[in-house]
Amino acid sequence: MIEAEGLGRTFKVRGSLVHAVRDLSFTVEAGEFVGCLGPNGAGKSTTIKMLTGILAPTTGRLRVAGFDPTRRRTALARRIGVVFGQRTTLWWDLPLKDSFELVRLLYKVDRVTFRRRLDELCEVLDLSHFLRTPVRQLSLGQRMRGEVAAALLHDPPLLILDEPTIGLDVVSKAGVRDFLGALNAERGTTVLLTTHDLGDVERLCRRVVLIDHGRLAFDGTVTQLRALVPGEVTIEDAVARLYLSSRPDPRTRHPRPAPDPPSVTA
Amino acid sequence: MRLIRYGFRRHATYWAAALAGAFTNTVFGILQAYVLIALWSTRPGLGGYDLADAVTFCFLAQAYIGPMQVFGGGLDLPERVRSGDVALDLARPASLQLWYLSEDLGRAAYLVIARSVPPTLVGALVFGIAPPAGPGTWAAFPVSVALAVLVSFGWRYLVALASFWVLDDRGLAIVSLIMTTFFSGLMLPLVIFPGWLGELARALPWAAMVQVPADVYLGTTSIGGALAFQAFWALVLLGLGAFVTAAARRKLVIQGG
Repeated sequence: MIEAEGLGRTFKVRGSLVHAVRDLSFTVEAGEFVGCLGPNGAGKSTTIKMLTGILAPTTGRLRVAGFDPTRRRTALARRIGVVFGQRTTLWWDLPLKDSFELVRLLYKVDRVTFRRRLDELCEVLDLSHFLRTPVRQLSLGQRMRGEVAAALLHDPPLLILDEPTIGLDVVSKAGVRDFLGALNAERGTTVLLTTHDLGDVERLCRRVVLIDHGRLAFDGTVTQLRALVPGEVTIEDAVARLYLSSRPDPRTRHPRPAPDPPSVTA
Repeated sequence: MRLIRYGFRRHATYWAAALAGAFTNTVFGILQAYVLIALWSTRPGLGGYDLADAVTFCFLAQAYIGPMQVFGGGLDLPERVRSGDVALDLARPASLQLWYLSEDLGRAAYLVIARSVPPTLVGALVFGIAPPAGPGTWAAFPVSVALAVLVSFGWRYLVALASFWVLDDRGLAIVSLIMTTFFSGLMLPLVIFPGWLGELARALPWAAMVQVPADVYLGTTSIGGALAFQAFWALVLLGLGAFVTAAARRKLVIQGG
C-alpha cells in the first residue's frame, strides 16, 4: 500500500538547508495498522505530507496506493482518506451534513452509495444528533468524529491520520480508537497514524515505525519496542529512552533496531 | 462544481456586511455622480461620453465593486497559506485554482444580487440612468460581467499566490488595490485619460473589470472587440495562475507543522 525508498525532504531555512526527512525507507502492506511515532520535529508530519502528495520529496522513490503522490495528487486523493487532528477539513459555516454532501460531490460518490455509507458512519460514530449543527458549533470530540466520517465517505482503502486523538477527552478518545480498530479489522482498511499518545499505539497498532531526526529509528511490533529496554518497562519508558538516547548525536548513538522486525526494508 | 453554491451561501451568511456595502456603494455613486455632472457640464462630450453616459458609468462602476472585488482580497488562500491549512486544500481531489475559482464565482454571484442591484436601482430612480439599448447589448452585458469576474479572479489569485513566497502579503495587496481602483476605471472613466496613459490604461487587464463591461452596457464600444479583450485577459491571467500554482507547489512549505 505504501512503498518508500530513500525518501528525503530538505527545506531552506534562512539560507541553510535543513533535512526534515532523510533516507527514509519503509513499506506498509494492505490491511496493516501502523503507528508512526517520533519526538516533535522528527519529520513525522513532513512524511505524512509527502505520502499524501501535499509536499514533493526532494529525494527518493515513493508509491502510495499505486500512485506517485507528487505526480498524481488528485488521483491519489480519491484513493486515500486524510485526517489532520489539528486542522479541519469541514466547512466551518455549514452544517455537518452539508460538508458531507460537498465531500460527496468532490469525491464523485454516487447518491445511493453515499446514503448507505453515511448511515453506517452515523451509527458507529454516533453522528445523527449533530448532523444539522454548523461545524463551528461542534465540540472537538464531535468535530473529530465528523472529520473521520468525512475522510471515509469515499471508502478509501488507505486512511492516514495525523494526531487524530489530540485534545480529546478519555471517552471521545476511546470512541475514535474503537472505531479505527473496527474499521481495520472488519473492512480491512489500511491505517497509518501518527500520535504522541502511546495509548493509541498500545491499543491499536500491531506495528510501530519510529522516526527521529528524519530517519527511521525503529520498525517493529510494540512488544519488540518494549524489549529494547531491559527490565519490566512501560511503553512510555521505552519510547522516552529511544527519544533521549538519540538526542546528542543521532549517528553514533542511534538505538539498534530490534533483531528481526517483520517488515523492515531499511 | 457545486462549490459555487457553497461560495454563494457562505457569503450570504454575511448579509449585513453586504447591505452596508450596498449602502456605501449607493452613497458614493451619488457623490461621484455630482462630481461627474460638474465635469461634463464644463466639458460636454468628454471622452466620447455625454452627461447621461457619465452618470450611468459612475453607478455601474459602483455596482462592480462587489462582484469584481475591486478593492482586492476575497480569497482565503493567503490566510490558509499563513496558517498551513492550505495542506488540506491540497489533500482534496481538485485543482487548487479551480477550487478557489468555484468559490469565488459563488461569491460574485451573491454580490451581484446584494451589492450591484441596489445602487443601480437607486441611480436609475434618482438620476434616471439609461437602460441598455437593444437586445444585443442585453445579451452581451451579462457575458461581459462574467468575464470581468474571471479577469478579477485571475488577477487576485495571482496576488494571493504570492503569499507562497512572501511571509506577509499586505504590501502586495495595497499595491494591487491602488492599481485596480485606478486602472479599472473606478475612480474616473478611463476614456478621459489623455494620450499614451489612456492608451496604456485601456490595454491593461484592470480595464476588463470596470471600464469594458461599462462600455458594453453603454454601447460605446464594439461588443465583439470588448468581449474578446476580456476573454484574452481572462485566459492570460488564468493560464499564468495555473503556471504559478505549479511553481508554488514545488516551493511549498507547510507552516505550523
